[in-house]
Amino acid sequence: MSNIYQIPTMAEKAAAGEQPEILFWVGCAGSFDDRYRAVTLAFVKILNKLNIAFAVLGEEEACTGDPARRAGNEFLFQMQAISNIQVLNGYAIKKIVTACPHCFNTLKNEYPALGGNYEVVHHSQFLQQLIDAGKIILKEGGAFKGKKITFHDSCFLGRANNVYEAPRKIIEALDMELVEMKRCRSKGLCCGAGGAQMFKEPEPGKKDINIERTEEALATGAKTIAVGCPFCLTMLSDGVKNKEKEHEVTVLDLAELLAADLEADDYTERGTP
Amino acid sequence: MSILPQLLFIAVLSVAGVVLYKRVAFLRNTILLGKDTFRSDAPAERWKTMALVAFGQQKMFKRIVPAFLHLLIYVGFIVINIEVLEFIIDGLSGTHRIFAPFLGDGYTVAMNIFEWLAVAVLVSCIAFLIRRNITHVPRLTMPELKGWPALDANLILWIEIVLMVAILSMNATDQLLAERGVDGYLQLGGLVFSSMLSPLFDGFGDQTLVAIERFAWWFHIIGILGFAVYVTYSKHLHIFLAFPNTWYSNLKPKGEMQNMPEITNEVNAMLGVTASGTEESVTEIGRFGAKEVTDLSWINILNAFSCTECGRCTAECPANMTGKKLSPRKIMMDTRDRAEELSKGISAKGESFEDGKSLLGDYITKEEINACTSCNACVEACPVNIDPLDIIMQLRRYVAMEESGAPQQWNIMFQNIETSFSPWKFATTDRFNWANDLKGKPMNE
Ligand code: SF4
Ligand code: SF4
Repeated sequence: MSNIYQIPTMAEKAAAGEQPEILFWVGCAGSFDDRYRAVTLAFVKILNKLNIAFAVLGEEEACTGDPARRAGNEFLFQMQAISNIQVLNGYAIKKIVTACPHCFNTLKNEYPALGGNYEVVHHSQFLQQLIDAGKIILKEGGAFKGKKITFHDSCFLGRANNVYEAPRKIIEALDMELVEMKRCRSKGLCCGAGGAQMFKEPEPGKKDINIERTEEALATGAKTIAVGCPFCLTMLSDGVKNKEKEHEVTVLDLAELLAADLEADDYTERGTP
Repeated sequence: MSILPQLLFIAVLSVAGVVLYKRVAFLRNTILLGKDTFRSDAPAERWKTMALVAFGQQKMFKRIVPAFLHLLIYVGFIVINIEVLEFIIDGLSGTHRIFAPFLGDGYTVAMNIFEWLAVAVLVSCIAFLIRRNITHVPRLTMPELKGWPALDANLILWIEIVLMVAILSMNATDQLLAERGVDGYLQLGGLVFSSMLSPLFDGFGDQTLVAIERFAWWFHIIGILGFAVYVTYSKHLHIFLAFPNTWYSNLKPKGEMQNMPEITNEVNAMLGVTASGTEESVTEIGRFGAKEVTDLSWINILNAFSCTECGRCTAECPANMTGKKLSPRKIMMDTRDRAEELSKGISAKGESFEDGKSLLGDYITKEEINACTSCNACVEACPVNIDPLDIIMQLRRYVAMEESGAPQQWNIMFQNIETSFSPWKFATTDRFNWANDLKGKPMNE
C-alpha cells in the first residue's frame, strides 16, 4: 500500500494481469463538468484511502447513451450501449460503481437486454456498505456533526430504482441533522434535468423546475443540500445562485461530504482490509 | 297478479344486456388496436399487485381524505350490488324480497348495512361534489377537464346520489306498507335510516305508497342497469378495468425503458457485432416509436381506458406545476379519445379507415412531450398503476427517429455523442484529464 493516490485504468490492470474488484464508472459529467469533477476526485480519494482495488476506463469510457435514449434517439443509445458493452465484456467486468444515477440506471437496468450483465451499485450504496462493514469509521464530533442538512432524492435513484435509504444512512453516519423537504423519497420533486432536459432549454412555462425545488430545499433552513447526482448538483447549485444564497448554502455530493469528513478526521487505517 | 311487470323486466334486462355486450366488445376491440406485447410473467406477483393496488386501494391512501371517502363509495358499490342480485331475481320471478324468508333476522341486519352504506355513499358523493365545484381542488379543475370530463365526473356523483335516495325511499315506503299490513310486504323490524324518512310518506294512502315504492324499485334497477351502460362511456370504467390494469402493471424498475430489438439487430449489423444480446425475435418492423395509438401497445390503451382522470399524476408532475403544457393525465385522456375515435371509424368504415389525424400532432403536441423530465412522479402517483411516461417516450422516439424533429439542442447533443461520445462537446482524449489533479499526489496532506 502506497501513500500516493493511484487511479489505474482497466487497460493498465489488464496489462499487469490483474482484475480489480470494481470498475468505477466516472460518467461524462464526472469527467468533464468543472464543478462535478470535484465529486469524482472525492470518491477516488475515498477509494484510495480505503485501499480498494478499483480501476476506471479512462479514455475508453463513453456516454452510456441515457440522454440519447430519453430524447428518443434509440439508434444512438444502442450504438453507445453496444460499444460500451463490448469494452466492458472485453475486460470481463463483474461489478460497477458509479456516482451518476443516470449511468447507474442505464448500466443496471438497460444494458442486460443488450448483453451487458453486471452488478451495478450507486456510490451511495457502495459507501453505505463500507460504513456498515465498519470500513469507514467516522470520528465522533466530525466536521459536520449536528449541522442541519437536507437531501434531494434524484429521480433515477429514488423512484426509478427505489434507493432511498443508502444516502440517508450516510448522512446519519456523519451525525448530521437531516431535515427532510416536504416532497421527499418517493414523492421527491425532480430537479428539472432528467429526461435529457439537462441538454436543452425548458419549454415555456411560468417557472423553472430547479427554482421550485431550490425554494423547497432552502425552506428547510439547512445550510447544506446533499445530492447524489451530477445533474441535480448543477440544477440546485444554479437554483441557489439564482436565489443569491451561494454564500450561505452549499450543494454537495454525498461523496464530498464523506471525503471531507475523512480528511478532517486525519484518517488512519482503522478497519481497512 | 299480472305477468306484465315480469315481461317488462325481462325486456329491460335484455336491452341492457345487448347494449352492454356491444359496448364491451367495442372496448375490447379498441384496446386490441394496440400492438401485442407479452406481460404475463410472474403471475403470483401480479395477483398480489392487483389485490393490493386495485382491491386494497393501497396507493389511494397517500391522500387520506379522498381515500376514505372513495373507500366508502367503493365498498358501498360492491356491497349494494349484492342487493341487485335480489332485485333481478324478484324482477324475473315476480317475487318481493325473495331472500327475506330465508335469512330471517340476518336479512334485516343486511338491509341495515346496505342502508348505512347508502348513507355513507350519499355523504361521500356530496363531499366530492363540494371538492369539485365549490372548494375547487386544483387537480380537479384543470383545463383538460373542461366540457365532457367535468360533466362526466359530476353526473356520476349525481347518479349515485339519486340511486341511493331511491333505495332509501323504497325501503321507507316498503316498511310503511308492511306496517299497514298491505299484502305482499314484509315487516323487517327496524331499518334505521329509512325509518327516518317515514314521516315524509306517512300522509299518503296505500295506493300512492305502492306506486312510490314500485317507482323507486324500478328507478333503482333501471338506474343500475343504465349506470352499467353509462360506465362504459365514462372515466368510471376504472371500477372494472382497475383490476386487469393493475394485474398488467409494469413490474420492472421504473427507470428501465423498453428495449427496441428491431434496432438492436441493425446496430449489431452496423458495428459488426454478432448478436451479443439476448436473442429477441423481431416480428415486424413497423415505424420506430409511436405516432398513432396503433403504434402503442395494448397495455398503453388499457391504461388509457382505466384512467380515472383523478389528476394525481398531473398534480405531481414537475413540468405541469411549473406551467409547462405537459399534463400526464391529458396524455392518457388523449390516448383514450383517439383510440375511441379510431375504433369507431374502423367499425364503421373498415380496417382501411383514415381520417388524416393522429395521436401525435392532433391530440398531443411536441411541446407537451418535450417538457417531460422522465421523473416517474406520475407513474408513482397513479392509484391504478398507469404509466403515462411510457407513452411519452414512445412518442419522442417517433419524433427523433422518424421525423428527425427533436429540439435543436437535442440534435446538437446527439451530434456530440456521435462524434465525441459525450453529450457535451469535448475531445475524447480529454476524458481522463480529471485524474491529473490527483494522480501521483501524496495522501494525507
Ligand atoms: S415523468 Fe414526465 S409526465 Fe410524468 S411527472 Fe415526470 S415530467 Fe411529468
Ligand atoms: S393516469 Fe392515474 S393518476 Fe393520472 S389521472 Fe389517470 S388515474 Fe389519475
